[in-house]
Amino acid sequence: MIHRAYFCALARIFDTHMSLTRQDVEKIAHLARLSITEQEMPVYVTSLSSIVDFVAELSRVETSGVEPMAHPLDGQRQRLRPDVVSESDHHEKYQLNAPSVQAGLYVVPRVIE
Amino acid sequence: MHNLSLGELADRLAGRQISSVELTRHFLARIERLNPSLNAVITVTAAQAVDSAAAADRRLAAGERGRLLGIPLIHKDIFCTDGVRTSCGSRMLDNFTAPYDATIVARLKAAGAVMLGKANMDEFAMGSSNETSYYGPVKNPWDTTKVPGGSSGGSAAALAARLAPVCTGTDTGGSIRQPAALTGITGVKPTYGRVSRYGMIAFASSLDQAGVFTRTAADAAAVLQIMAGFDPNDSTSVDTPVPDYPALLDAPLKGLKIGLLREFFDGLEDRNAALIHDALKTYLSFGADTVEVSLPHLPLSVPTYYVVAPAECSSNLSRFDGVRFGHRCAQPRDLEELYKRSRGEGFGAEVKRRIMTGTYVLSAGYFDAYYLKAQKVRRLITDDFRAAFEKVDLLVGPTTPTPAFAIGAKVNDPVTMYLNDIYTIGANLAGLPGLSIPCGYVDGLPMGLQLIGPHFSEARLLGAAHQFQRATAWHAHAPGGYE
Repeated sequence: MIHRAYFCALARIFDTHMSLTRQDVEKIAHLARLSITEQEMPVYVTSLSSIVDFVAELSRVETSGVEPMAHPLDGQRQRLRPDVVSESDHHEKYQLNAPSVQAGLYVVPRVIE
Repeated sequence: MHNLSLGELADRLAGRQISSVELTRHFLARIERLNPSLNAVITVTAAQAVDSAAAADRRLAAGERGRLLGIPLIHKDIFCTDGVRTSCGSRMLDNFTAPYDATIVARLKAAGAVMLGKANMDEFAMGSSNETSYYGPVKNPWDTTKVPGGSSGGSAAALAARLAPVCTGTDTGGSIRQPAALTGITGVKPTYGRVSRYGMIAFASSLDQAGVFTRTAADAAAVLQIMAGFDPNDSTSVDTPVPDYPALLDAPLKGLKIGLLREFFDGLEDRNAALIHDALKTYLSFGADTVEVSLPHLPLSVPTYYVVAPAECSSNLSRFDGVRFGHRCAQPRDLEELYKRSRGEGFGAEVKRRIMTGTYVLSAGYFDAYYLKAQKVRRLITDDFRAAFEKVDLLVGPTTPTPAFAIGAKVNDPVTMYLNDIYTIGANLAGLPGLSIPCGYVDGLPMGLQLIGPHFSEARLLGAAHQFQRATAWHAHAPGGYE
């Protein structure tokens, strides 16, 4: 992590003055399983950097002792339903939207050689 | 026919002065004539609409009555409609035919409402101008060089142009209230959990809520009455009774305590502020009182939202992988390339930007600094609202900082675009109901008055909006050429 931070800092000083580098954006795109074209890349480096700078404002807020809020209605509990069958089988209808189906299965490129 | 209220239409349908088929054909003809210059409606279901209208006419002939029986409407294309393309404004779902109806679609259908088609929208509801749609930008009927707002821009433009008397929408950070303001109509975002989200394509699950566009608050009350209520298919749907909204519209406003948010007026442009103060005079004439309140953390709403919403979006949109439905790239070498190219080609620039923002704030090493931090600030903002509602019944302010802006003006600067939602995002973070009603003009373009209330105060908000509309005429103005 220290090395990464160091090289990011170097990249910022010498390359782009952006809070995210091209390498950062490539890594994020990989994590998000998104292909980004050569032409798109500089646009994302600039715009994602500006968004990260913008939201960095939050770091100045004092939040010690504040409980993170994940749900807008406090006290609302996720319901459990009885474990009984409530749906019938619609797989043929659902698979009409699939790009490739064979024998009721979704087809993807070979995963195991 | 296209300027009548839902109540007037229901009376004429019940009295057999018009039939639902005639009404439906009237609006279909308007869509055919007026939509090409607006691009508000992207799918027209004409044959299906006439069939549904004929079915509604049979129910009417059999003596059945209902506020929406035989009334045409347009759904935002984020709601699944059985057998009809549901694109969410994206190339990713351009080939997607929904295999079932969203709960609100089914409820409105059961009430006899007639779907005319599906409305354009920002891709996956990510945008404030309706410029991110795969199907091209929507034009504002008040000035076709201007945006209609977003993300429910197609619904708002269609309603303002009188292409339907009811349009549905969704609001994650202002996506109903902001376009309602910019197109001079009434837009209602209910309390989080009040309306089912089953079959509504998810963007940010702790913020998304379905709602409605109409010309008046009285019309909105009639529609919300049918949309709202518990749904076992939505785990965030709230199981509390739905009040009779139309019956409560005239509840007296004497003694109502209206909060003026200091943070909403700081830096507000003079002409916008003057409209809000004029509106407040109307409320004072009803016997309401105004109290100044402060929500010190409210200015942090936009950065908080732009961590929380992209984080949830990156998680929700991981389902679009090119395997089970949606766009698949041609000839992928392997599974990883199938995912990456299908998503890279299927999603537009803003959606990819938000997925990557969300992926970044959730990634190892940044989660605490961004996502957890934003969730903590979200609580501070919510606590500010709670404290304010101990002193006041509702909050009043502007819906947007400016009137509709030019198409193309902000597309290259995401942060400037995000600041459009500065007055609307707070209600989403706190899960509060809010609405926007027209309150005048700046530069000849409509502006909105925003009302925000405590959780489940829709009846009071609708009543306050309705009584304002009885005393004013802004809501009755149609854009030139669409009267």
